[in-house]
Amino acid sequence: MNQIPALIRVFAYLSLLTVGGGMAAFPELEKLTVNVHGWLTFKQLIHLYSVGQMAPGPNMMMIVAIGQWAGGLLGAIVVLVAFFGPTALLALIVGRLWTKLEKWPWRESIQKGLAPVSIGLLLAGTLSMARGAVTGWTTGGVALAVLLILLWRKANPALLVVGGAIVGALVYR
Amino acid sequence: MSEAAVGSVQDELALVRAGRENVTLLDIFIEFLIIGATSFGGVVPYLRNNLVTKKHWVDDKEFVQLLSISQTLPGLNATNVAILLGDRLKGWLGALVAIVGVCLPGATLMFIVGIHYRSHGDHNIVTSMLKGVAAAAAGLLLATVIQLGQKSLSHRYDLVFVLVTVLAVNRLHQSVPRTLIIVGILAILWYHPRRVTPVSVTQ
Repeated sequence: MNQIPALIRVFAYLSLLTVGGGMAAFPELEKLTVNVHGWLTFKQLIHLYSVGQMAPGPNMMMIVAIGQWAGGLLGAIVVLVAFFGPTALLALIVGRLWTKLEKWPWRESIQKGLAPVSIGLLLAGTLSMARGAVTGWTTGGVALAVLLILLWRKANPALLVVGGAIVGALVYR
Repeated sequence: MSEAAVGSVQDELALVRAGRENVTLLDIFIEFLIIGATSFGGVVPYLRNNLVTKKHWVDDKEFVQLLSISQTLPGLNATNVAILLGDRLKGWLGALVAIVGVCLPGATLMFIVGIHYRSHGDHNIVTSMLKGVAAAAAGLLLATVIQLGQKSLSHRYDLVFVLVTVLAVNRLHQSVPRTLIIVGILAILWYHPRRVTPVSVTQ
């Protein structure tokens, strides 16, 4: 069955939900790709999302893998364009209007108001993801260790994720 | 001391003017491609280091402004900054090559990873490693949200909006767009223009 139209619809829609960061769209990403369209399982989504944290560049590149699974090379390309196109166009337009909006009193209200909502959406997305990633004492310990290291020390996050892989290999082999 | 500060600001402006001169589309593409290929663990610090400190395509003040526009809009910060900066350097074509450059390496990598994960993802050793990777990623994401919150939340009341948003999505299972629209509008109204300027709320 041709999944291309569905991929375009889903990822263009998810694109507009990434206020504050990609994680804000995670609950909808889960619902649409796992439950509605069955392109992958929840576990696979967690795995791909996590592996994506080790890749360089913007941190939602794992969507390419979903596109590839559902629709081959075309699916991968279509997903990228659908996911980045709408917000890119919006950024282009708003970026050009921004200086004109400087005197508009609601601009600051919008910035201030959206800040806590976007943090809330990011947190909600993170908790949805953690529900699948933290399944016992070991995974909880790894997550907590990474959290504490990052809050108190300057460390490269990608390296810590690699560290997680090593712990996983040693503990669960 | 203030003279020195004024001098350094002028120096920076001159540097940026010189840095922006003769920038070609190819320059923009290659620079963003390099950032896209090397920015392990978060793109924004790499953008700042390469574009402000090394290339002088933008000064720090403008960079922070572009970042704050990026954070208000939907879209990832990395790609939004690429669009905004590319546009300022070379118009919409500059924006296009910047976003393609910053996405291309990671996208190619995840394309290949996706194919291999599909065929080898259920091997024991891979599953074990992925368990650890997912746990570490959860800790990383939580740390990112906390650090972002420390930077962008200014009032105790903000925590109420954060909490309501989380509860709506995770406990009441409201959809993200519905939550975004309803809580977003309430929060924007809470910070309506007459309230924003005189900070009447006690800290």
